Amino acid sequence: MDHLNVAQQAAFAGIALAMVISALRVVTTTNVVHAALYLVVVLAGVGMQFLLLGAEYTAVTQVIVYIGAIVVLFLFGIFLTRAPIGSTAGLDNDQRWAALIVSLFVFGLLAYTLNDFFRGTKIDFAGPQTSAQVGDSMFQNYVIPFEVVSVLLLAALVGAIVIARRD
Amino acid sequence: MYLNEFLLLAAFLFCTGIYGVLARRNGVLVLMSVELILNAVNINLVAFGAFRHTVAGQIFALFVIAVAAAEVGVGLAIVLLIYRNKRSIDLSEIDALKG
Amino acid sequence: MLRNAWLFPLIPAVSFWIILFFGKKLPKKGSEVGIAALLACWVLAAISAVQWVRLPHSKEHLREPVERHLFNWFSNGKVHIRFGIHVDGLTIMMLVVVTTISLLVHIYSTSYMEGDRRFTYYYAALSLFTASMLLLVVSDNLLQLLVGWELVGLCSFMLIGHWWEEKDNSNAALKAFFTTRTGDVGLMIGIIILFFAAGQTFDIARINELALNHGISHSLVLWGAFGLFCGVIGKSAQFPLHTWLPDAMAGPTPVSALIHAATMVVAGVYLVARTYGVFYSGFSMQVGGVNLVAIIGGITVIIAAALAFVQSDIKKVLAYSTISQLGYMVMALGVGAWTAGIFHLFTHAFFKGLLFLGAGSVSHAVHSFDMKKDMGGLKKWMPQTHTTFVIGSLALAGIFPLAGFWSKDEILLGASKNGYPLFLAVGIVGAFMTAAYMTRCVYLTFYGEFRGHGHPHESPKAITVPLWILTVLSIGAGWLSIGQTFSKWTANETFEFINTKVRTIEHPFNIGLAAGSTVVAVLGILIAGLYYWRNIGPREVRNPAAKAGYRLLVNKYYLDDLYTGVIVGGISGPIARAAYWINQNVIDGVVNGVGVATRAVGRFTYNVIDQKGVDGLVNGAGFSAEEGGSILRTIQTGRVQQYAAVMFGAAFVFAVVLYLNVT
Repeated sequence: MDHLNVAQQAAFAGIALAMVISALRVVTTTNVVHAALYLVVVLAGVGMQFLLLGAEYTAVTQVIVYIGAIVVLFLFGIFLTRAPIGSTAGLDNDQRWAALIVSLFVFGLLAYTLNDFFRGTKIDFAGPQTSAQVGDSMFQNYVIPFEVVSVLLLAALVGAIVIARRD
Repeated sequence: MYLNEFLLLAAFLFCTGIYGVLARRNGVLVLMSVELILNAVNINLVAFGAFRHTVAGQIFALFVIAVAAAEVGVGLAIVLLIYRNKRSIDLSEIDALKG
Repeated sequence: MLRNAWLFPLIPAVSFWIILFFGKKLPKKGSEVGIAALLACWVLAAISAVQWVRLPHSKEHLREPVERHLFNWFSNGKVHIRFGIHVDGLTIMMLVVVTTISLLVHIYSTSYMEGDRRFTYYYAALSLFTASMLLLVVSDNLLQLLVGWELVGLCSFMLIGHWWEEKDNSNAALKAFFTTRTGDVGLMIGIIILFFAAGQTFDIARINELALNHGISHSLVLWGAFGLFCGVIGKSAQFPLHTWLPDAMAGPTPVSALIHAATMVVAGVYLVARTYGVFYSGFSMQVGGVNLVAIIGGITVIIAAALAFVQSDIKKVLAYSTISQLGYMVMALGVGAWTAGIFHLFTHAFFKGLLFLGAGSVSHAVHSFDMKKDMGGLKKWMPQTHTTFVIGSLALAGIFPLAGFWSKDEILLGASKNGYPLFLAVGIVGAFMTAAYMTRCVYLTFYGEFRGHGHPHESPKAITVPLWILTVLSIGAGWLSIGQTFSKWTANETFEFINTKVRTIEHPFNIGLAAGSTVVAVLGILIAGLYYWRNIGPREVRNPAAKAGYRLLVNKYYLDDLYTGVIVGGISGPIARAAYWINQNVIDGVVNGVGVATRAVGRFTYNVIDQKGVDGLVNGAGFSAEEGGSILRTIQTGRVQQYAAVMFGAAFVFAVVLYLNVT
């Protein structure tokens, strides 16, 4: 094992741990605002994983869009729906055990299959994939999905306004 | 770096997200769980992109982020509307389509 | 003429239709048509006889029979039902007999039946009868013969019951018809057996040939012969079906003379003679000893002769005498004396016809048939009738040189020569009895004191002339036996085959036997004469056995009681009642039951199947759909998270399946 790998592994492990715990807290906490904040930790961890994988542009985009915009949206949503500040009892509904079983089963399946297929597969790290590469690929190969997504965002914008306006 | 560790991490997030979607009462919290799921998918995409030495993984992840943003916007608008009509966003109370 | 023998049935048949439709309007009410037709037939018969005798013949005096297929009545593949004629010596003899007697009866009846309520109808029936008898006689196949047979039975019924307003007469007619019908069942079965055995042909010549050449298995021939013989027993009044003939005397006397003495009753004898190959072969007559035909004939001879002794009605005496003489004919055929049998038929027709017409003449005078009560001492008032009657009786008794002597003698000769000694004895005893009862009859009618009323007188010419004609015939007919003329004329190719074995012709005359039989007959006359004229012999019988025997005879051996009381009564009484019960309860019960069951099924179908079953199914379908829907509805909770949970679970399952397929 060479040294770079150790550093990478250590970094990964630390970040992954944080993410796992935060994700669990997101779905189990009784405080809505805390859930949002834990979500922030998870999102940040995801961004850091992106960096570890050499996806610099995506990492930055993740932080800006997700944490910067989406979580803010969530907080606004919490406010506007008068979510109780502080802990409330019974944030889980009746089918939590069924949900637990389902999720555990799915995790078991996924873990097993991943282990089966990809055990020992190494990523040959050849250096980060630069933003230039991303930009080139985006505007050469994937320009149509790019445009479509922009139209989608417009539609979502208009749609959200139409749905939520008072009249 | 092992591919597997990223994938397993993504799987874990995915299943946590499933649990949250199914088990949470509050609509906003359900949306948060959906975000978890989407992020797990993103990790997957990028990991495979790195594994295959292709930028396509990142591109797709970017698209997912964009769509997620749109989806959250619309979703929260709906939650707001539900709150306005029902004075509560307890999803287990919303069973008007009950057969 | 021989080739045109089909004219014989045709002429009287035409006269029948003419008399039926026009008879009442004619001056003599139809009798002239009948007499004219019969005269024509008689002339034709005489011509035919002369032609036949003059035909070229072989050394054995065999003449070729004239056969002719006239037309095909009906064909069906292999089976051909034809109308044809077959003329040989036997046929000619029968033609002569039938036409002669019938003509004489026609003439006789103009006087006897004068003023009768159904004079025209009577003559029509007489013509039809003659036509049928002639049809029977000229037939060449069994089916045609059967047609003639049945028709003569029908005419007999019609004529016996001529005065059917009196119940006794119609009963007698029915009895005659049914009794002969009983025999006819056997006849038809016999014909059918022979038909199939001979390869699906009714042709008599062919059947005879096959029977004699062993072309048919012996048991089939035997059963065929037996069947035919049943018909003979019925029609020719043999024991045990003889009971109808005495009762048939209820008909007019000329009818009795024609049908029940000379012609119809001899149809049975004719049948045996015609199909003799079948009988000879079937009953194995060459063996000698006994056979069914001879036994039945022999029994009939004796029992009928015994019964003739105890009758007080003159016609009944003659009826039993006829039965007895028919027994002689059948017995003769049974012992293989074919020529003797038919010769006796020939002579008997004349003297029995004479006797009957004589009795009719007597009754015409005294208006009764009862000898004991109303007759006696008629000799002085009815000389012609008396003379002819006595000659007829002597002929019947078999006194030389009258006709009966020759024919009876030939029968006895045949019995002795062919190895049937028992029947020789029977014949002799019968001769004795015949002579005795006829003497009694003659005495009671013509001698002694007149016991009746009124003034009897001789009958008119129309009655007495036929009597004299028949007398002449009774005297002379027997002389045909001299020089074997009769046997030469009637010699038949088929029977030559028999006769060479039987050798009847070769022993024409046996003086010893002839003398013996004459002596016996004279003895019979003597004893009876002594009893009646000289009053020798017991008057009052005190012996209980004799008394019982007398009672047995008077009651005709209780056979009539057996037939009507036991057999018919047993069937008409309990069996008919049982049949009625079965019909009402069982058959109607079944039919009603079917109706009731159908109704019940209908009700069941409506209530259970339709209302509950089918409607239940239909309603149940709707109900189960509703219930199913209600149950399934609970899955739709309206809660999104629940749907999501189900979806994730399903996705998990698919993923597992996919994984398992891939690995």
